[in-house]
Amino acid sequence: MLLNASGCLDALTAPDVARSLDAFVTKTVTPEAREGNEPPRIAETDQGMLNSIGLQNPGIKSFLKDVLPQLKQLGIPIWVSVGGFSAAEYASTCAQLYDVTIELNLSCPNVDEAPESAAEIVAASRAATPLPIYAKLSPQLPDIAEVARAVEAAGADGLSLVNTLRCLALDRRTLRPRLGRGTGGLSGPALKPSALAAVFACWRVTSLPIVGMGGVWNGPDALELIAAGASSVALGTVLFSDPRAPVRVRRELHSAADAVGLSDPWTAVGIAHDPVLSGETTEEMPAFLPN
Amino acid sequence: MFNRERRRVVGSEQVGPYTLVRVDRGRLEPGIPGQFFMLEAPGRLLPRPMSLCLAPPGELAFLLEPIGPGTRALAELEPGDELCVLGPLGNGFRLDVERPLLVGGGIGIAPFPYLSAALGIPPAVLGFRSDRHAEAAALVSNAEVVVEPTLVTEVLRPGHDVLACGPEPMLEAVAALAPSAQLAWEAPMACGYGACYGCVVEIDGRYKRLCVEGPVLAA
Repeated sequence: MLLNASGCLDALTAPDVARSLDAFVTKTVTPEAREGNEPPRIAETDQGMLNSIGLQNPGIKSFLKDVLPQLKQLGIPIWVSVGGFSAAEYASTCAQLYDVTIELNLSCPNVDEAPESAAEIVAASRAATPLPIYAKLSPQLPDIAEVARAVEAAGADGLSLVNTLRCLALDRRTLRPRLGRGTGGLSGPALKPSALAAVFACWRVTSLPIVGMGGVWNGPDALELIAAGASSVALGTVLFSDPRAPVRVRRELHSAADAVGLSDPWTAVGIAHDPVLSGETTEEMPAFLPN
Repeated sequence: MFNRERRRVVGSEQVGPYTLVRVDRGRLEPGIPGQFFMLEAPGRLLPRPMSLCLAPPGELAFLLEPIGPGTRALAELEPGDELCVLGPLGNGFRLDVERPLLVGGGIGIAPFPYLSAALGIPPAVLGFRSDRHAEAAALVSNAEVVVEPTLVTEVLRPGHDVLACGPEPMLEAVAALAPSAQLAWEAPMACGYGACYGCVVEIDGRYKRLCVEGPVLAA
């Protein structure tokens, strides 16, 4: 399944792009409306893009009344990203949702965190709704596998891996932060190795389905996340530069699978964990390394 | 679906310190003056928003100032190079005005050649920071040109429907003198089509996306 990463697409301004996905994931919704962080909110660096949007959203009440009914018209499954500043806030928002999959945003780098642990928030949300719950985790956790195990025990139905990395960019002339809030979340190709490591680690310790995301720019990137253990893949920053990315990545994913002898890319889920059979590698070793 | 095409560069010319990049139009529409396109900047992660400067037959032309890695990469494009172009995007100028006056500053004159043609070559007041920058005024007919320290607001005449584009302090000063002006704003943008929420500006006390609500806004 191909999705968008939360906060990387507005289905109401780009419905055709949303329909080119298998499901649409909303921008994070919080109990109260939020204006978000002060601009500048984005900065491109040589390594990737930093954003500091700060969960701008209309609040759950307006979302349920004005936004969700329009999203339902798209005709594709809707995932609602839920945020909050305490376990009770997450649970309250979850209790008001219907006929969607929930993704708990437990890892926004651009707002203050809830005091409770990820597992406590998942448990409170689990008690509030029978809907499927995915836990979106940060690649900056000291031990993401341990948190994955904990949220599985607390009742999560799946994992979304990963959110952005908290980073900083300075203006080279003024030597001051380029973003209004100072730090922001790094996304783009630089995030992919981190996403792969997180998916790889969590696949080993839980039986939960994993949505892999982070720096996917093309079909081979998506296939790598699938091989690490993702049974779905989400597109993020690539959507900013190419609204047709879902169509292209889907096509390239099948070509990439075909190139390694797989008739269906989704049969490759987790194969990175299998021992190599032939000892062959498709990656060229750099010529300057001795033997 | 938004129109995004891979287009070929057919020309790149220096205009003072600016660069006018011309691309083969393909099936892209030029849109309404003041609308913008996202241009793929070679070697960069994100495309760059550029308003359309000229729409010669079969071409789209963009005036840019090479000041950062993205605009420098675009300025270095040569005929035959290719880049992806997405657009037109956003809301352009309202053209139903009786006595138009174009007011521009620096690279903010970029949309004016196309806008001027659409409005029947109305008068324009253009401000630049140096004589070299002012060479770009040659792109806009019927223009009065001022160079710093003289500011465009010092030569504004009352009784016009002002359509303005330029740096923020200029737009704010123009809005104070011409409360019914149409102002084309600028903000860093990642996507140009409402996806990223990166380009917000404060409108009526709320942060709104410039790419969706603008870039042309009422004063």
